[in-house]
Amino acid sequence: MYVEMKGICKKFGNYEAAKNISFDIEKGKLVALLGPSGSGKTTILRILAGLETQDEGDVIIEGKVINDIPASKRGIGFVFQNYALFRYMTVYDNIAFGLKVQKMSKEKVHERVMEMISLIGLCGLEKRYPDQLSGGQRQRVAFARAIAPNPQLLLLDEPFAAIDAKVRKELRSWLKEMIRKVGITSIFVTHDQEEAVEVADDIIIINEGNLEQMGTPSEIYKHPETPFVANFIGTSIVLSDLSGFKGFEEIEKGKKVIVRPEFVEAFKSDNKKFHDLIPAAEEGVIEKIEFRGSYLEVTLKVGDVRLVTNRSLERRSISVGEKMYVLLHRIYVFDEGTAQRYKNSLLKDVDIELM
Amino acid sequence: MKRSREKIVKWLLIGITVIFLLFMLVLPMVEVIYRALKDGLETYKTALTAKNTLSALRVTLIATVIALTVNTILGIIMAWQVTKFDFKGKNILSTLIDIPFSISPVIAGLAFIMTFGRSGWAKPVIDGINNALGTDIVLVFSVPAVVLATIFVTFPFISREIIPILHAQGRTEEEAAALMGASGMTIFRKVTFPHIKWGLVYGMILCTARAFGEFGAVYAVSKARGKTFTLPLEVDALYMSGTADSITQAFAVSSLLVGMAVIVLILKNIVEYRGKSKKSV
Repeated sequence: MYVEMKGICKKFGNYEAAKNISFDIEKGKLVALLGPSGSGKTTILRILAGLETQDEGDVIIEGKVINDIPASKRGIGFVFQNYALFRYMTVYDNIAFGLKVQKMSKEKVHERVMEMISLIGLCGLEKRYPDQLSGGQRQRVAFARAIAPNPQLLLLDEPFAAIDAKVRKELRSWLKEMIRKVGITSIFVTHDQEEAVEVADDIIIINEGNLEQMGTPSEIYKHPETPFVANFIGTSIVLSDLSGFKGFEEIEKGKKVIVRPEFVEAFKSDNKKFHDLIPAAEEGVIEKIEFRGSYLEVTLKVGDVRLVTNRSLERRSISVGEKMYVLLHRIYVFDEGTAQRYKNSLLKDVDIELM
Repeated sequence: MKRSREKIVKWLLIGITVIFLLFMLVLPMVEVIYRALKDGLETYKTALTAKNTLSALRVTLIATVIALTVNTILGIIMAWQVTKFDFKGKNILSTLIDIPFSISPVIAGLAFIMTFGRSGWAKPVIDGINNALGTDIVLVFSVPAVVLATIFVTFPFISREIIPILHAQGRTEEEAAALMGASGMTIFRKVTFPHIKWGLVYGMILCTARAFGEFGAVYAVSKARGKTFTLPLEVDALYMSGTADSITQAFAVSSLLVGMAVIVLILKNIVEYRGKSKKSV
């Protein structure tokens, strides 16, 4: 393992920012630390960088415990949330800073800086000051500044948070491509699950200082291990009583149940494709239809329960108040901190993956 | 209707301000210059070159230069540690820095006498140091006493100017520099200093202005005219002598302080202007 955190604990006063956090990261991976704000993910990143000191536990890089090595000697590149570009230095001097500190010769510094500037596509802007750049350009400079001294590990704290939504998407793929190109092991912190899923090879989910789950985006999506993860990833509805639903009679009342839109199918009574499934379905009424660009988000009322499903725009049109069959084919049930997938018992013979 | 009322209010407020400044500040200043020059340039020159005046000017300049140097270094250190580090008692410390702002300078001066004077508790310490080093430092009724009192009164000016700038700037630029392996000194020179440069100069100007004009604290620790008096004390002494000549001389010496104040004001404006135009780059 390239980067290892072993039993990291950190308290700020009474606030526990990290509770016994342990994980390994392979060389060359791009990993997301994902969690809601205040979950402790930034603290973990800062401990890794040496900007905070853990109360307990070890930080290990390439098999070496680096607890006592100061931030300046760890050789880690760091991109700050607000970029922290040196305001009174030009783009050129910002990128050159880390190289000059290493006492590199002037020619070599120049060569490397120009290489970085062309890598980030900001040729001609090297004499500008950070104030004269757009948010996206600043982020590129911050990235170039962090990787110019050739660090072995790159850490990024909410790298897209300060950028407007439009540019963000473009920058995400840019950054992913850059990191691939440079081939540097990278860890970034984000609170945006979409961002984590899109950019990262692996995701580490942090909540209230606990590591909830680590895995590839699809693993985490398909097999959430904790209620928090199931709720946090994807759009979910939490229910506590499903006893009235066909096929879920054995679920005890009061147990926490999570339903995702993709677990719900709503169809009209004359739908031929789903005709055989009517015995497993409930009757519901459309309460709300919202247009989401490429699909419709449909809220249905089934008894006392509200369920949400996404409907393709290619399907027949529907209207509020219309009666529909609602088929719940899968749910997550949580019991004492573990999550279980549960299939509609009336669909035992149907391969729901094929629906 | 509304527009014209707004206009009336505007001119009314401007008028009040102008009248206030005219009577409270400008006319008295003009009066000082007028009185100083009333008996002709010759008298003015004599007053300025009198032995006591020159001595007072010397003491004032010594006190100002030393106070400025000490407070610049201490001010940067204090502002740095208050803004860049977290520690217990930080708030208390940052409140302590403000004490000279809130305490009457005379009390500060008297406190010095109580501490370092003949019956003060620190007297044996000073004596011990003098014995050991073979020096003859006296910390009351002496030039060093004037210097200390001036330092005391003026020390918050510089740190108070820099602290808000450092606060607004945050710590991430320094952290970024540290992560790239820069030493503390390099970080200060290359990253922090450009931020505080104009604030620092501004603080130094305020500190200088206050050091020139300080009266109360210095009055308490300086009693020897022609030896330890500063310009404001000399002005007071001349004025208190009460003869027609000495009063004119008092104004002549005062005009010196007014002149210094005007120079400081001009410098302050230049710095403010440069500081602003620099920011908008």
